[in-house]
Amino acid sequence: MSELDSLKNRALDQLAACNDESSLRSWNTNYFGKNGEMLAALKKVSELPPESRKEYGQQANIVKEQLSASYEAALKNCLEQAMLKSLETEKLDISLPGMPPSSGKLHLATQTLRDIQSTFAEMGFQVFRSREIEEDEFNFGLLNMPPHHPARDMWDTFHTTDPGLILRTHTSPGQIHVMRKFHPAPIRVILPGMCYRYEAITTRSEIMFHQVEGLVVGTNVSMTDLIGTITAFTRKMFGDSRQVRIRSSYFPFTEPSIEVDMDCIVCGGKGCPLCKKTGWLEIMGAGMVHPEVMKNGGYDPAKYSGFAFGMGPERIAMLRHAIEDIREFWGNDLRFLSQF
Amino acid sequence: MKVPIRWLKDYVDFDLSLEALVNRLALAGLEVSGIKHWGVPAPEGLRLGTEDPYPVWDKDKIVIGLVTKVDKHPDADRLKLPTVEYGSGRSITMVTGAPNLSVGDSGQKVILALSGSVLFDGHATPKVLKELKPGKIRGITSDGMVCSGFELGISEDHDGIIILENDAPVGMPLVDYFGDSIVEIDILPNKARCLSMIGIAREVAAMTGGKLKPYEHKIKAFGAPITGKVNVVIQNQSACPRYTASLIENIKVGPSPAFLKRRLNQAGMRPINNIVDITNYVMLEQGQPLHAFDYDVLCLRAKGKTPEIIIRFATKGEKLKTLDGLDRELTPETLIIADTLGPIAIAGLMGGAETEVTEATSRVMLESANFDFLAIRKAMKSLALPSEAATRFSKGIHPDQVIGGANRALQLMEEFAHGLPAEGRIDCYPSPKPLQVIDFSLIEAKRILGIAIPLEECTKLLTSLEFKVEKVSNEMLRVTAPTNRLDIQVGVADLLEDIARLYGYDKFPETRLSEQLPPVLIDPELDFERKIKDTLVNLSLQETIAYSLTSPEAESAFLESSKPAYVTLLNPISSERTVMRQSLMASIVSLTQANLKHTECVKLFEVGKVYQKVNGQTLPVETYKLAIAICGPRNKPFWAQDQSTKNNLNFYDLKGIVEGLASGVHLEKVSFKHGTHPALHPGKSAALLIRDKVAGMFGVLHPKLASTLGLDNHEIIAAEFDLLTLASGLPARYISKPVSRFPAALRDIAVVVDQNVSGQTVTAEIQAAGGNILKVARLFDIYQGDRVPVGTKSLAFALSYQADDRTLNDKEVDKLHKKIEDRLKHVLKAQIRGKEV
Repeated sequence: MSELDSLKNRALDQLAACNDESSLRSWNTNYFGKNGEMLAALKKVSELPPESRKEYGQQANIVKEQLSASYEAALKNCLEQAMLKSLETEKLDISLPGMPPSSGKLHLATQTLRDIQSTFAEMGFQVFRSREIEEDEFNFGLLNMPPHHPARDMWDTFHTTDPGLILRTHTSPGQIHVMRKFHPAPIRVILPGMCYRYEAITTRSEIMFHQVEGLVVGTNVSMTDLIGTITAFTRKMFGDSRQVRIRSSYFPFTEPSIEVDMDCIVCGGKGCPLCKKTGWLEIMGAGMVHPEVMKNGGYDPAKYSGFAFGMGPERIAMLRHAIEDIREFWGNDLRFLSQF
Repeated sequence: MKVPIRWLKDYVDFDLSLEALVNRLALAGLEVSGIKHWGVPAPEGLRLGTEDPYPVWDKDKIVIGLVTKVDKHPDADRLKLPTVEYGSGRSITMVTGAPNLSVGDSGQKVILALSGSVLFDGHATPKVLKELKPGKIRGITSDGMVCSGFELGISEDHDGIIILENDAPVGMPLVDYFGDSIVEIDILPNKARCLSMIGIAREVAAMTGGKLKPYEHKIKAFGAPITGKVNVVIQNQSACPRYTASLIENIKVGPSPAFLKRRLNQAGMRPINNIVDITNYVMLEQGQPLHAFDYDVLCLRAKGKTPEIIIRFATKGEKLKTLDGLDRELTPETLIIADTLGPIAIAGLMGGAETEVTEATSRVMLESANFDFLAIRKAMKSLALPSEAATRFSKGIHPDQVIGGANRALQLMEEFAHGLPAEGRIDCYPSPKPLQVIDFSLIEAKRILGIAIPLEECTKLLTSLEFKVEKVSNEMLRVTAPTNRLDIQVGVADLLEDIARLYGYDKFPETRLSEQLPPVLIDPELDFERKIKDTLVNLSLQETIAYSLTSPEAESAFLESSKPAYVTLLNPISSERTVMRQSLMASIVSLTQANLKHTECVKLFEVGKVYQKVNGQTLPVETYKLAIAICGPRNKPFWAQDQSTKNNLNFYDLKGIVEGLASGVHLEKVSFKHGTHPALHPGKSAALLIRDKVAGMFGVLHPKLASTLGLDNHEIIAAEFDLLTLASGLPARYISKPVSRFPAALRDIAVVVDQNVSGQTVTAEIQAAGGNILKVARLFDIYQGDRVPVGTKSLAFALSYQADDRTLNDKEVDKLHKKIEDRLKHVLKAQIRGKEV
């Protein structure tokens, strides 16, 4: 047996004995490294007499190719075996909690306001904002409530030390502002904003709350449009199977005035604690803009008509998320806010 | 307004279940807010708030009985043994302790409960329902009970058993006799006319298509005419448009008949005597408050002359002892009833004690008057005297209502107080209210309602509410408002309200707006606010909304002493909320502090208003501000992370948020400089500048303030910026940069400079020298210490060189890097570490 054959047999035997990646790698260094045996055997060609060189060279290259191929195959096989093994052994406890990501949220009131705004935006309503500290005249007088009007009892008011200056009790003064700004153009706006009432703070009442008022004015605006608009809104916000019920009501700045109920989102009208067994949830007040208010806004009520509605985003959020205590909103407890 | 259904049926017949009635009332604008049952079972479908349990009167077991005798209990002085007959010859003897039944009594009609009845236990508080069981009381068998109002669940009165009227039919189940449901209706301001049984009955008739029963009552006999017996002078017509006086003689004051007392009780009023009860009964029935004066007292005061009734405002210093025994000082805003001697009653609110009807009264002057709602409202508020009468006057009553009210009272006094009404009345009504006539156009109705309701239907609906309707043409009606309405003011719109609700909103179709869309409203501030909020949420901050009401003390540490004047509340609800806030930083720090009690890492922001008075301006300015506060560990605790070192959020975290916000909304010309703020650490605070204008301050809360607030263990970093100033940094558009497709060459550079040279200066020099090719210069380390000379610091930057059009070769990069080094050496006298030693 030639020297090359014995080298080859020894190398193959040793290769076969390798059972992991590191022994394979050291085998490779032994034979193909800088001082490896295979290289040494190849270099030997120069020591041979010229006539033997060619044959030896060919033989040596063949051995080298064989060993190299065997090594690649063995390595590949070994890596694959290792990988297959790892698939079985490397197992995460996927029940462990994930790394909590940093996160912030919009305040629930903002989220609800945005929902309301985008719902109305789809019906062509734009947003108009106005001031919170108002003149009595705008909050009451121009809304058909002259001083001492009995209807003023419906709103408990924060007065300021400046006579005639109050914190608005509703967003309705915005009706006058927007009408005076845009008359005689048609109007289709919602007026979101903060309102204030002089009340005891309890689970159901707050001194500060958002309201979203809606106002549509034009030459062709009617009660059936109002009913259509708020029904569409209710279904978009609370689900497309919601039933809407209209009741007669009273607001000094609308005539006729209505109250809008929807069937209870929990019991569907059967009666439950949320709807206090009535089957209905009150969601907004509305009505056709009172002719006096139209006049005060600069529109001739004989030619123009309009409707207005008002709702409380906090109340809507409370209904949607079963929140029992309105004080949570301005309490700003992260444990509450982070839920939404 | 509490409405007993049986009483309501005196005026209108209707065939509706209680549930249907309640529902119809609600739809018509008369919302039922509560219901109380007198012995009748609550209907299955009735949907109203949760009620406490109450006794349901069993037809067979709770019946009307007649006391035939009352014997003495052999062993107990307090106890008696009444024998009660209850029809068909049945009778029963039992034991009772009722104080209003005495040994030897007979003939009383009582309420008998037999064994098996379920009633409130008369001895238990809170109330407990208990089944009556046969038993022995002190040795005597007792299989029944004579009942008190408490046990029946109709009053809080334990004191005695109920004695019924003499004509109560023996043996009749009590539930058939006066079992009832009392609905409580919320009356809206425009439905003041419904503060009466007849007012409600009229609505029920209109909504059911029924008819109001006639409620005129005839007086059988009159006495001598009233002429010359009393004079009436109205001094202020606008406060008292009408005053009538009637006289009733021969009166016997005593308790009211049982039915009348019962109805008053049901309606929530306390029976007093027949005369007072009748005035209250008529007020409940018709809505017209009345007042009875003792006519003989008036005569005494007039000292032989004809009593003169004067309706005027009180003069300063006048006093009146009112019915409730209080001596009241009257103000010139109080409308009073006086005679020539002085005040005898506060108009519409309360009578005087001296002229009050008593047991001794035999002649009554009955006042049925109309007072203006404004006068009564003011007096009601200033005297803090709400009453059933004042409430009705304060909402407005039509002056024509006085006659019906007076007539009804006279008739009842004749019937139940042996009274003999004097013929005629003194009626002082200087300027009668004109009838309101409205031309009602069907075209107009269709324009507002959106549906065409036929002429006949409109006529029918309006007529049902007692409007007089004349047809002018096929499209026009002439409508005269009835004299029970004051709310018909603007005309057609008011009529539409009645027509729409009686027609039924459920018959209205839903239509979509066909009106053209208005011009687009452009509100860049609103858009900006939205972007600010979204960007900060993306930067992991939680939005908050704090009270805009605060106190000057709560925010004084956050404001310069030269701050503008506060918008101050005249009627604050508490000392903590007396003014409109001027500092958003104060409120967000307070919210942060509150959250730190339970949450380690708090990162909050608020976009909200501050309010400031401006000299010479009526209206205060309302300005939007942005406040941010952060505090706590930078990372949330996590099991797979080393928790031994806690990195707390610091100034640079907030600066990073501010930079992130600025780049997130693409602000231009953003810079920072040192600045001071009363609430911030002077060395750890900065001003944010937009186009060289200060937009606000941010930094570490001043240690002194932190200590005052009890925040020694927490370092809060807070900011407040003006939203409009931030918005001034918005470019009209921003330009994108192309992304290079060629590889970048990365080199580090460490620069040793004087410790007072700012990082921003070094970065600026590097960038100036690097030009377009230097894409990134990122500071990655700052070192001060032994390895650099005293008074210097080392700043290490990672630089990234990249051309947009080619791959840079080493030579080019070396040359540029050298250029940067040279510039730093030259301009900042810097040493380049690792190069020169």
